Amino acid sequence: MIFYIVAFALVITMCLALVRAVRGPGLYDRVLAVNMMGTKTVLLLAVIAYIMGRPDYIDLALAYALINFIGVFAVLEFFRTRESQLALTSSTTQSGQEKALDEQGGQS
Amino acid sequence: MDAWSNVVEIISIVFMAIGAFFIFVGGVGALRMPDFYTRMHAASLTDSAGPIFILIGLILHTDSFLVAIKLFTVLVFILITGPTASNALASAALLAGNKPSLAVKQTTAE
Amino acid sequence: MIEIFNIFLMAMLVITALAMVSSRHLFITVMLSGIFSLLVAAIFLFLDAADVALTEAAVGAGISTVLFLGALALMDVEETARGERWVRVSSLVVVAVTTIALVYATFDQPLFGDPNAPINLHVAPWYIENVPVHMGIPNIVTGILGSYRGYDTLGEVFVVYTAGIGVLSLLGDPVKNRMNRPVQNHGLRHYLIPRVVGRMLIPFIILFGLYVQFHGEYSPGGGFQAGALIAAAMILFAILEGENRALNVIPMRVLYLMMASGALLYGGVGVATLFMGGNFLEYTVLGSTMVSGQQWGILLIEAGVGLTVTGVLITIFHAFAARSNL
Repeated sequence: MIFYIVAFALVITMCLALVRAVRGPGLYDRVLAVNMMGTKTVLLLAVIAYIMGRPDYIDLALAYALINFIGVFAVLEFFRTRESQLALTSSTTQSGQEKALDEQGGQS
Repeated sequence: MDAWSNVVEIISIVFMAIGAFFIFVGGVGALRMPDFYTRMHAASLTDSAGPIFILIGLILHTDSFLVAIKLFTVLVFILITGPTASNALASAALLAGNKPSLAVKQTTAE
Repeated sequence: MIEIFNIFLMAMLVITALAMVSSRHLFITVMLSGIFSLLVAAIFLFLDAADVALTEAAVGAGISTVLFLGALALMDVEETARGERWVRVSSLVVVAVTTIALVYATFDQPLFGDPNAPINLHVAPWYIENVPVHMGIPNIVTGILGSYRGYDTLGEVFVVYTAGIGVLSLLGDPVKNRMNRPVQNHGLRHYLIPRVVGRMLIPFIILFGLYVQFHGEYSPGGGFQAGALIAAAMILFAILEGENRALNVIPMRVLYLMMASGALLYGGVGVATLFMGGNFLEYTVLGSTMVSGQQWGILLIEAGVGLTVTGVLITIFHAFAARSNL
C-alpha cells in the first residue's frame, strides 16, 4: 500500500516539474525541470520494480541514475559554446573570420 | 523474531512516507519559488533528502541481499551526481549573467 | 490501480508533446523531448516491458538529447520560417484524418492482455515453453530477438551501421574538420567540481555497461543498451575534457574498426554456421548440444550488436562536435 502512495507522490511531483518546464521563463528553469524529472524517474523505476514484484528491474534505475547527469553537462557545454560563439561574432566589425579566430586563440 | 520483522517493516513504511513528503515539498517549492536560484535550492535539497529516505525504506523492505546492494549503489550514485549537477547548473547560470532577484545593486556613489 | 498511473503519465505525455510543438525556441524543444523520453520509459515499465524501458532511458533521454544539442550548437536556435497558412491547415487535416482512421482500426483489435487473443493462445505460450528447452536462458526477450527472430536483429545492426556511415558522409571526417579549426577549446576543463566527479564516474559507467551486455540473457539488458551506456561514458569524457583530447584517447580509426567489426561479427556468425552444416544463423551447430550452441550464438551476436552501437554513437557525436567550438 505504501508503495502506491510513494509512486503517486512521485507522479504528482513529475507533473509539477512539467509545469515548471512548460511555463518557466528562460532556459535554465527548463534545464532544472529536466534534472528534477530525471531523479524522480529513477525513484519511480525503483518503486515500480517493487510494485510489480520483480526486483530485477532495479538495473534500470541504476542505468538511469548514471545517465541522468550527462544531459546536464551537455547543456552546460552547449551554453558555453554558444557564449563563445556570440562573443566571437559580436566582437568583429568586419567579416574577416581569421582575425576573430586569431583573437580568440590569443585569449585562450 | 516476528516482532523484530514487524518493527523493521514499520520503520521502512515511516521512512518511505517521509521520503515521499520531501519529494512532494520539493516539487511544490520548484513551482512556487520566485527566482531561479531559490527554485534550484528547493529542487536540489529535496532531490538529495528524498531518495535517501525512500531508498533506505526500500532496502529495509527487501529479503535478498543482492537487491539491497543494488539499491545502495543507486543511492550512492544519486548522492554523488545530484549535487554535482546542481552546482554545475547554478554556476553556469551565474557565469552567464543571471543575477538573483534580490542581488544588492552596487551604486556609483558609494 | 496501475491504470491510474498509466493515465497520468500519458496525459503528461500529451501535454509535453503540445508544448514541444508550440514553442519556437529549439532549445526548449530539445529539453522537452528529454522529458518525453523519460515519461515514455516510465510508461514502458508500467506495461511490464523492461528491455524496451532500459533502451528508451539510455538512448532517448541520455544520448539523443546530447546529439540534438550538438546539432543545435551548429545552427540558429530560433525557428524562423513558419510556412504559409494553406500548407499548415492542409497538413493538419491530413494528420487528423489519418489519426481518426488508425484509432478506428484499433477497435477491431482484441483488448490489451486478453487471455483469449490469438497471440496469447498460440504465439506467446510457444515462446514461453520453448525458450527454456531450446536455450536454457531466463530472459525470453533476449531469446526471441537473438535466436528466433535473429534475421530481424541482423537488419537492425546493419541499419545502425548505415546511420553511422550516413552521418559521416554528410558531415565529413571529424579529424580533418578538427584540424582545420585553429580554435582550441577545452570543454568543461575549467569547471573543477564537474570534472573531478565526472572523471571518477566514467569507469563505473563503462563497467556497468559491460555488466548489462553480458547479463542480457538473465536480466533486462543486451547489446543495444550496453552500447548506449558505454557510448554515454565516452561522450561524457569528451564533454569534460574537450574534443581534441577525446579524439586522441579513442582515435577515429578505432571507432571505424568497432563499427564495422560488430556488423561483420554478426554476419560472420551466420556464415560460419553455413559452413558448419546448418542454415544461416542456425546456432545449434555451434556447440555440442543444442542449448550450448544457442547460448554461444546469442553471446557472439550480442557482442557484435554492442560493438556496432558503441562505435556508431561515439562516431555521430564526434562528427557533430568536431565542427563546433567544443
